[in-house]
Amino acid sequence: MIQDLAIAVVLIGYAFGVLMTFGTVLTWVERKQAAVMSDRIGANRAYVRIPFTQVKLVWLGLFHGMADGLKMMLKEDFHPRTHDAFAYAIAPWIVFTPVLLVFAVVPFGGTLDPGRLVPALAGWFGGRTYPLQIARLDAGLLVVFAFGGLTIIGAMLAGWSSNNKFSMLGALRAGSQMISYEVVLALTLLGVVLIEGTVDLGAIARAQSGIVLGFLPAWGIVLQPFAALLFLTAAIAENKRIPFDLPEAESELIAGYFTEYSAMKMGLFMFAEFIEIAVIGALFTTLFLGGYNLPYMDDRGFSFPGGTTLALPHALVVVVQLGVFLAKVLAVCSFQILVRWSLPRFRYDQLLRFAWKFLFPLALANLSATAVVLWLAERA
Amino acid sequence: MKPYRRPRYWNAPAMSWYERAYIFEVTRGLAITGGVFLRNMWRWITGRKGALTTYYPEETRADYAPANRGKHILVQRADGRPQCIACNLCATVCPAKVIEIEAAFDPADPVHPKYPARFEIDYSRCVFCGLCVEACPEDAIRMLKEVPQLPTFDRGTLWLAKAELLAWNPRNDPAKR
Repeated sequence: MIQDLAIAVVLIGYAFGVLMTFGTVLTWVERKQAAVMSDRIGANRAYVRIPFTQVKLVWLGLFHGMADGLKMMLKEDFHPRTHDAFAYAIAPWIVFTPVLLVFAVVPFGGTLDPGRLVPALAGWFGGRTYPLQIARLDAGLLVVFAFGGLTIIGAMLAGWSSNNKFSMLGALRAGSQMISYEVVLALTLLGVVLIEGTVDLGAIARAQSGIVLGFLPAWGIVLQPFAALLFLTAAIAENKRIPFDLPEAESELIAGYFTEYSAMKMGLFMFAEFIEIAVIGALFTTLFLGGYNLPYMDDRGFSFPGGTTLALPHALVVVVQLGVFLAKVLAVCSFQILVRWSLPRFRYDQLLRFAWKFLFPLALANLSATAVVLWLAERA
Repeated sequence: MKPYRRPRYWNAPAMSWYERAYIFEVTRGLAITGGVFLRNMWRWITGRKGALTTYYPEETRADYAPANRGKHILVQRADGRPQCIACNLCATVCPAKVIEIEAAFDPADPVHPKYPARFEIDYSRCVFCGLCVEACPEDAIRMLKEVPQLPTFDRGTLWLAKAELLAWNPRNDPAKR
């Protein structure tokens, strides 16, 4: 029992650390990648001076994230005189917390056998194994959508409690946009759920180490390429980033629903957005990119299409899986940032039409086609 | 109130189905920006510069226009003394009032008895308009095309004094060669 608790604490600490690190580093990645894409150098002035020396550590501007965080903490927490104090104060947390909670069901590694990892503890653990996942829930995807839907409430609360017309408009836009794209998001994933026959993210990730058509890894993006595209589109819209950033639309609405927020409360909204990039990356990786595994790899090692197998030691498997998961998530995050700095913003009517008249029917078509193919395969 | 109707123009741009499908054109756009990103990253990785911008105080551009109004210099006579006669015309015409001159009497030079004992320019306020150069009757003050090395953490260093302004050596001036 106490072993379970120890492992759970370690896993939660790891996941929390990963998310916070991603949230901070992605602010730097976003600025640097945008700079490199547009022939600039990017943020590189913040430095940490080693005390009592003149050695200034710049590290390619990595400390700008720390400088930004410090600035947010030290700024005046200004709020409008007519705001609704309670709703105003809890809104950033309602946006921020569900984003973290979603990650609880995402597996970031295969099965961990602490006894094999550290032989000295083998007796204490007694052969118990743990999936590298905070909560192994059968309802994984449902939890993702349940918590993902909660952020809408935070955005609406923020806009409503600010008592500002720009905030109100931004909140209404955010509400309708996020609800619309939530539908598309869920529908695109139903195809994956149909194929795998489960909503448990761990099982979906494990099922993707198989092989289809004799040589391709059974990744979601191979089985459901269309759904992967729709999911990524809807997820970026759900995160309210360019080209779908109508709720913020700084040229029309100042900053949308967080116009009246300042200091760390505003920082929480920004931080939630950056963490959500990472969470979307993690979900996309788990559902479509084979999760934490390299192609043809599972918890025991590699099993290539030709029938050759390559068993790996347990410690190496765990390290490789953790590293591969982070690398894949970072790649998807980088792609989202590429999209954000490439595409122009939609008009609002285009945005909703895109959701309901374009993505929604396509998602439905994808679902029906998947169902028909599966039905035929079952009959055959 | 009538419902809003989006106006239709006779020359409204018509998109083909290929462009209206959005996904193809978006893919093309992402390929362009992604290509630029990869190209620049490759330049950074291989030790070259992957940016068009200048890393300013450490790095200055070599291609300032010859007519660029940059750092002020005081022209020197053959014996190395400033050509300035401390007439104060530049200080008078200066819109930002950044030039301070303190005149002095030099009995050793009867042709030019008046010379500047102090000649200081406050670059924290200078607008680089070049009116001082226009106003000078003696061609004593000019502006180089190079910009002064201004970025600093200390406002006091933004005052350039006579010694600094006379540091320009006309024998190395390509314009006079």
